[in-house]
Amino acid sequence: MTTFDQVSAAGEPAFQRQAERINRGMSRRFILGLLVPVVLAIAWEAAVSLGIASGRLMPPPTRLFGTLWDLAATGELFRHIGATTARVAVGFALGVVAATLVGALAGASRLSRELLDPTLQGLRAVPSIAWVPLFILWFGIFEQSKIMLIAVGCFFPVYLGVLGAILSVDRKIVEVGRSFRLSPVALVRRILLPAILPTYVVSLRTGLGLGWMFVVAAEFMGASEGLGYLLVDGQQLGKPAQILAAILTFALLGKLTDGLLAAAAAPFLKWQDAFAPRN
Amino acid sequence: MLNVESVDKIYPNGAHALAGVSLALAAGEIVAVVGGSGCGKSTLLRLIAGLDRATQGRIRLDGEFIDAPHAAVGLVFQEPRLLPWLTVAQNVGFGLADRPRAERQRLVAEVLERVGLADYAQCWPRELSGGQAQRVAIARALAPRPKVLLLDEPFSALDAFTRASLQEHVLDLWAALRPTLLLVTHDVEEAAFLADRVLVMRPRPGRFSAAIELRLPRPRDRYGASVEASKRRILNALDRSLRAVPGGEELAPAAAI
Repeated sequence: MTTFDQVSAAGEPAFQRQAERINRGMSRRFILGLLVPVVLAIAWEAAVSLGIASGRLMPPPTRLFGTLWDLAATGELFRHIGATTARVAVGFALGVVAATLVGALAGASRLSRELLDPTLQGLRAVPSIAWVPLFILWFGIFEQSKIMLIAVGCFFPVYLGVLGAILSVDRKIVEVGRSFRLSPVALVRRILLPAILPTYVVSLRTGLGLGWMFVVAAEFMGASEGLGYLLVDGQQLGKPAQILAAILTFALLGKLTDGLLAAAAAPFLKWQDAFAPRN
Repeated sequence: MLNVESVDKIYPNGAHALAGVSLALAAGEIVAVVGGSGCGKSTLLRLIAGLDRATQGRIRLDGEFIDAPHAAVGLVFQEPRLLPWLTVAQNVGFGLADRPRAERQRLVAEVLERVGLADYAQCWPRELSGGQAQRVAIARALAPRPKVLLLDEPFSALDAFTRASLQEHVLDLWAALRPTLLLVTHDVEEAAFLADRVLVMRPRPGRFSAAIELRLPRPRDRYGASVEASKRRILNALDRSLRAVPGGEELAPAAAI
């Protein structure tokens, strides 16, 4: 009662002050976070242009951005981004769909959990990269083996997330549903799905992160386009600027897609009574 | 109207929770079941709510057997158990999903008004205090207008002031909607203040050991002489039931109450 009354008594100004404080806090954090990389970049740029360092193996920022610009200007960069993103998207989608179905099955029925879970936990212990030789034999060196590798990488965190979330749904809340005579379908839709959603979103974000990780391994297997190809090509032709350009692009894409996923989920999770404010 | 007929409940682990429990509730009366922890009083409520099945005996509401949750029986748990992803209004309307939207909105607004939380309709459960959350839980149980409202130690987690105000609240709701109230509690004062009849339960296996009629007029004075006298009668009966001393208001275990 107190918090609500205080807020409504103080009215709009309290909210505005709070919003301003949060904004100030965010811009302060943003500036502090940028400080270290920007200072390092300027120092390295200066060192190279003063001739203290050659910058051959570690190109200065201007050369890095120059390379990035050139790649973008020819349209080559976007072809590579498109190829890599498409692989991640398809592999992630397959992995997530499979993991959600299997996780839901294992969570819903004790028998299927006892049948499936030990095997899946065993498979999870295999480092996913170890599948590469087998996948190449099975699926060839083209798209299929790459997508399978990414799907396997995305599968496990999502499977674990779904299963763990279902098993930890509060029995007391399920009982509320029963006492209002919900049908099994309604129980899933109105109680179980909302209850597991927060954990599910976290596991999707973990899975997506792993998807970006495995796409590099997949493209190392031999690809004629994609950001992983840019990395290998840069190494073989001795072009460190191209390698760094690809790395930077990975960082931006990873952050961007994670942010999109989090933003898409946020409206459904605003009820959470979280320890820390999310951003 | 609600009849519990010599009900036994034995859990799969062998625990004998209830033995030969019988009970008849008249429409609109307020009955309290008191007893120590683990005496089976919550089990009895769960059976009437249809959440568990009796091992033997049967429960009837207006002649209809109850072995699953029934639309005419509402249940308030010890904790509010609000769904955190629904607003207060959506929580209150949770049991009204099958009603047309307009009717649902009207019922929700009406019952929220009655529990004094109309201004909180769009709040999240996390924004409520413990007492407010329990009022929402009561509103949720009452929104479908059940004939019987079961309350399982509903105020035991609240502080004394909040508990007293919620008891008043429940009485107001009862006066307006006239459901039959069956309240399980270990708070003797609560039973003496609210109930028309108090049933004392005795553990292992749970069965009624005394029935105390308190046909006192309302409103009652919580600190008045008659509530004090009722408290003493209940405490006496509880004391005898725990020491298994016969006499006084004690009943034979299988007697219909």
